[in-house]
Amino acid sequence: MDVGLLSQYLANGVMLGLMYALVAVGFTLFFGVLDVIKFSHGDVAMVGAFAGFATYGGLQAAGVHNPVIQMLGVVLVSVAAMAILGALIARYLIVPLRGAPALNTLLITLMLGTALRESVRLFFPDGANPKPFPRLLPAGSLEFGQFTLRADSAILLAAGIAVIAAVHLLINRTKLGLAIRAVAQDEETARSMGINFSLIVLVTFALGSGVGAFAGVMNGLYYNEINFGMGLLLGVSGFAAAIVGGLGNIYGAILGGFLFAGLQTIGAVAMPFASAYKDVFAFGAVILIMAIRPTGLIPEKNSERV
Amino acid sequence: MNGSFPRALLPGLAAIVLGVLFLALLLTFESQWSVGALLAGGAAVVFIASRAGLLSRAATSFDTHEPVMAGATILALLVLAAWFAEDHFPLLMLSTVLLMVTSCLGLTVQFGFAGMVNFAGAAFFGLGAYTAAVLVRYTHLPHLLSLPAGGLAAGILGSVLIWPMLRTKGHYSAVVTIAFAILFKTFLEVNDTLGGAQGMKIRNIVVFGWKPNQDIEIGSLELSHYLIYFLAALALAAVAFVFCRRLERSWIGLSMDAVRIDETAAACFGLDVRRWKIVAFTWGNVLAGMAGALYALMVGYVAPNNFTFGDSLILVSIVLLGGIGNVWGVMVAAALMILLPEKLQAIQEYRFLLYAVLVMLILLFRPQGLLPRPLRRYLPGGAGR
Repeated sequence: MDVGLLSQYLANGVMLGLMYALVAVGFTLFFGVLDVIKFSHGDVAMVGAFAGFATYGGLQAAGVHNPVIQMLGVVLVSVAAMAILGALIARYLIVPLRGAPALNTLLITLMLGTALRESVRLFFPDGANPKPFPRLLPAGSLEFGQFTLRADSAILLAAGIAVIAAVHLLINRTKLGLAIRAVAQDEETARSMGINFSLIVLVTFALGSGVGAFAGVMNGLYYNEINFGMGLLLGVSGFAAAIVGGLGNIYGAILGGFLFAGLQTIGAVAMPFASAYKDVFAFGAVILIMAIRPTGLIPEKNSERV
Repeated sequence: MNGSFPRALLPGLAAIVLGVLFLALLLTFESQWSVGALLAGGAAVVFIASRAGLLSRAATSFDTHEPVMAGATILALLVLAAWFAEDHFPLLMLSTVLLMVTSCLGLTVQFGFAGMVNFAGAAFFGLGAYTAAVLVRYTHLPHLLSLPAGGLAAGILGSVLIWPMLRTKGHYSAVVTIAFAILFKTFLEVNDTLGGAQGMKIRNIVVFGWKPNQDIEIGSLELSHYLIYFLAALALAAVAFVFCRRLERSWIGLSMDAVRIDETAAACFGLDVRRWKIVAFTWGNVLAGMAGALYALMVGYVAPNNFTFGDSLILVSIVLLGGIGNVWGVMVAAALMILLPEKLQAIQEYRFLLYAVLVMLILLFRPQGLLPRPLRRYLPGGAGR
């Protein structure tokens, strides 16, 4: 196998890992504050991609053809809309079920994911078919010997890393982040310290969903295609990444994202005769990892008190 | 069992007769208006009955005279099948409902009794279906054997999953099943030996020199070949029902309840938590696998799109709608969830969306399901409540 092809795989794997990490960060945030798994997260990312697509269509119709403005508009509208959607989901579906068994929350968000998927399929104009996502990033590429780096990939990589770094700084360096961490650690103590619990929960869900929407738009820009079913796979992969890293730990989510993407890429490289099986391989690996390390590679810290 | 015997039976029998009448009309009506009117009428009857306290009286007679009620239900379904003996579509629908009931009974044992969520119900159903298809297509085994083989295959593959399931808890083990459900469908789609995304056809099934996929002719009477499958599905569902009911009443069911409610406490009282989880999980998967095998033989083809994660979610929704752990509720829910989209074409396209919204509303406003599981009774006849 030549260096060029290998570097292609590497670039592809890193890009996938970044997307998974972005989705996994959302799962980790939600699990941190409310101990819930919001399985509709991948579908929220998908709706984010469609919102971006619709924004692009709207800007085209309005006569705005500057790619930079279009790009900014797509990202801003998508992230903002999904942040609002995420907060609404938390307010009306997840918080009311706090007293119920944890599986009810899992089930309601699974169903919400189905509802979002089906709504896009049925109600988005021609939503049942894949949509060509516009190429808004510069098309040039840099050559290093056999290694070709596409400019759009480089920009996406940089942007994705910047978003992760920003989330990291927000969580660890700001007062809001301190409040989120406090709520995640102990709800009652956080409340007694004067933290507005409900507000922090909503903000956390908005933050996670916004980051998820960014991952959705990134996915669209990278593959130049979006479809209504992409959220399920993105969500399960991101969730697998979060689980593998250990839920409730933001570094674990990032590690898990790259690990999961690495597994998929290795699956594709090691078995070129069976590249179609790369998802089978990846999900098999997830089941195996969960069997060996039941609460992920970086386990949750607290133990159950009886 | 004294003088009030027939009286206590009456509400339950009336419910069965009305239910079967409703099914018969639902399957007969063609125009969308009449189906809609029938549904509205049915909903009105149920509403008035519940207001008049008749529903709880029917529930009591189901509760106190269950063997009679079960027998009456089977009899009523047989009458229904005899009525439709010459029509393909109603029999196919009824058989599908019965097979779904069987799979959901399996899920009920896993989810409702032992508390193990399985989001891969359709995958185990599909596993049985594909096993049957492969056996009929590639081997010379007697075709009848493909039924138990389907159950066996699902049970064995399920026992591979049981290792991660036992080591994980709550959401984590739910995710193992979700990963398996997606893995299964992806695998089927890319595997060319199993027909890829197109699936495979099953032809020329022979049972003891007789071909069940040809219509039956007795003199001038021409019966649909689905009648045989209906009877087989009814037998399977009845056996599954009796087993699940006995299991629930027995000390095994009691152990499973304890495991579901509090694993730590159950272990403290000396219950082997792992054993009951393994029993519940395997039993549920075997039921789903056998139902799947019969389904494959009945419809004559298998394809990955019939066994998606969405279908697994529908199975879980049926269990939830029926009231988690309530085996009678599962039947009502399965009949409604399978038949309505087939008869009401207006909602066919929207069925996944409708189910999703319905389940969300139920989780928000009535989390115990439409027909909650009644409290365990230790003695027949209402004592010990």
